Amino acid sequence: MYTQGLDQHGKPAESAALATPELEARFLAKIDAEEKIEPKDWMPEGYRQTLLRQMSQHAHSEIVGMLPEGNWLSRAPSLRRKAILVAKVQDEGGHGAYLYSAAETLGQSREQMFEDLLSGKAKYSSIFNYPTPTWADVGAIGWLVDGAAIMNQIPLCRCSYGPYARAMVRICKEESFHQRQGYEIMMRLARGTPQQQRMAQAALDRWWWPSLMMFGPTDAQSRHTAQAVRWKIKRFTNDELRQKFVDVTVPQAEFIGLKVPDPALAWDEAAQHYRFGTIDWAEFNEVLRGNGPCNRERLAARLKAHEDGRWVREAAVAHAQKLQRRAAAQAA
Amino acid sequence: MSAAPAGREGAAAPVAPEARLGYVMRLADTSLILGQQLTGWIGHAPALEEDLGLANISLDLIGQARLLLNYAAELEGRGRTEDDLAFLREPADFRCVQLVAQPNGDFADTIVRQFLFDAWQGELFEGLARSTDPRIAEIAAKAVKEIHYHVRYSGGWVVRLGDGTAESNERMQRALNQLWPVTHELCSADDLDLQMQAAGIAPDLEEVRSAWSARVDEVLAAATLRRPPEQPYRWFGKRGEHGEHLGYVLADMQFLQRAFPGATW
Amino acid sequence: MQPDQWPLYEIFIRARSGLEHKHVGSVHATDARMAIEHARDLYTRRLEGVSIWAVRSGDIVASDPADSDALFEPARDKIYRHPTFYDIPDEVKTL
Repeated sequence: MYTQGLDQHGKPAESAALATPELEARFLAKIDAEEKIEPKDWMPEGYRQTLLRQMSQHAHSEIVGMLPEGNWLSRAPSLRRKAILVAKVQDEGGHGAYLYSAAETLGQSREQMFEDLLSGKAKYSSIFNYPTPTWADVGAIGWLVDGAAIMNQIPLCRCSYGPYARAMVRICKEESFHQRQGYEIMMRLARGTPQQQRMAQAALDRWWWPSLMMFGPTDAQSRHTAQAVRWKIKRFTNDELRQKFVDVTVPQAEFIGLKVPDPALAWDEAAQHYRFGTIDWAEFNEVLRGNGPCNRERLAARLKAHEDGRWVREAAVAHAQKLQRRAAAQAA
Repeated sequence: MSAAPAGREGAAAPVAPEARLGYVMRLADTSLILGQQLTGWIGHAPALEEDLGLANISLDLIGQARLLLNYAAELEGRGRTEDDLAFLREPADFRCVQLVAQPNGDFADTIVRQFLFDAWQGELFEGLARSTDPRIAEIAAKAVKEIHYHVRYSGGWVVRLGDGTAESNERMQRALNQLWPVTHELCSADDLDLQMQAAGIAPDLEEVRSAWSARVDEVLAAATLRRPPEQPYRWFGKRGEHGEHLGYVLADMQFLQRAFPGATW
Repeated sequence: MQPDQWPLYEIFIRARSGLEHKHVGSVHATDARMAIEHARDLYTRRLEGVSIWAVRSGDIVASDPADSDALFEPARDKIYRHPTFYDIPDEVKTL
């Protein structure tokens, strides 16, 4: 899902002019043997570029992902919910930091990645371009969006690139309460007053299809999948993960009496899978193009934070320089 | 060290239940409102690391508030919960100090507010950790460790921004000048404070003042900031005398519970 | 470097007494004190640390993977450093 943008804007993987058949062969042998590639190891330029784009998009997704739930921090309806939500959003910021840190090992600075995000050049997961108009949306995000993310993240713990895999292991350990808190919110609403039940159902109606879109285009439409699988950056295909998500999530909705907004949804006994309806790819493309419900607001918020905070960051640097000069003067 | 008040040997001095409750509510509301206001920065801070730093302080303050509100609810004995107290009281019934109800403003306003508060809360809670009220002592002892980190964090930023660039120094001095009057309340003992002091429940605010003042002087000097002149400012949030901003903070915070009376979340 | 760009520090955490410091990732900071605070807020939220080391990334000296053959390959031959090289009868205990 962090490669959504690659299929839209990616060029075919470039081979470095300096690559030799021996280096390529040794590299692929390592991949096949489930050995990790570390920052200073030789790697094909296409591998480096793909990873850099995927990791930075993943990091951007975590940071932008703080905003839809951040929208409800001040209005959480109980102190317990407030504390849990602050901890969750804090974790998301932390995950962004781990991922930027891992991406920087490939030679791009965090500043450069921010510039690409704020200019609209770099993408982040489409899902965070949807609004959270009600408290139930916070529950839906935890349940569905974190649920989908977990499906994607667990295989990434076995990704071939060492820093990315290690960051994912850390993230997965912290993720366990994120989905539970979302489902708990939905459960409480679904068993609450009629108004709360309507709120929960409306949120599910709004978040179901965008969550399915998170997994990216169908395998047939996804040009990058084959190469990503060969390099063990991607361990399962988009459709495989999407199917798994549906199979796991539909019973969860049924358990709390909520209805998945898909008239075509049906259990296929022979295949042991849920069959589901067609995704509106036109909507997906609009959102990826920057024309979704909240794209402009999300970017504007990040840009404002970055610009408003510039004097703070500059002052910290200036202060550190003063300390260095004073230390040097004292030593002299 | 002041002479031990009459109540310290043996049982705590008798204190009217409403007085004890009123004092606990002051502490609870103060932590709650500041924790609440800090949530506004999460996702919007000058650097990703500061999103985490401010979220950390916010969580600690909300945690303190919950412990104190739960104690208050027990003292009150009317079966109210921490959420009833937080979400269903009017602004006029809140007893937070004025300092924590000042708007977030820019990062200078927020970090000056934070440091002035942390330095005070640190001294106050060190005293409260020795309270004759065992529950207050327990809550304060746990909080003191967190507060030491908060002071370190906010104090560090005051120095960096005060002694950073010309622009940062200007913003910090403006924030300090603006906030200084409401610090008067922090160490000015009113009747309730004196009662608590006599009962050994709370420390002597004069001692808190001198420790706070020394710490503030030390940090402001390193920050190349000028300490504003003293300005006795007679409106005390801890007596329920609030400005207009608190109303908006609570309207936001309480909205869902007010919109859906009786619902559980 | 732009005026608001913060240098990178590598962070090492000792999770519990008795363990070594382990590399956990990096943080951006302008001075050592800030680096420690950022590392504490980012890497020890779940009680995972008793000690933090922060080092400017530029100060780390690393072996070059291109040299790995010269640096590490000779050790492969010296298998007499491994306990399994030696054939001790099972009856002999504590060896």
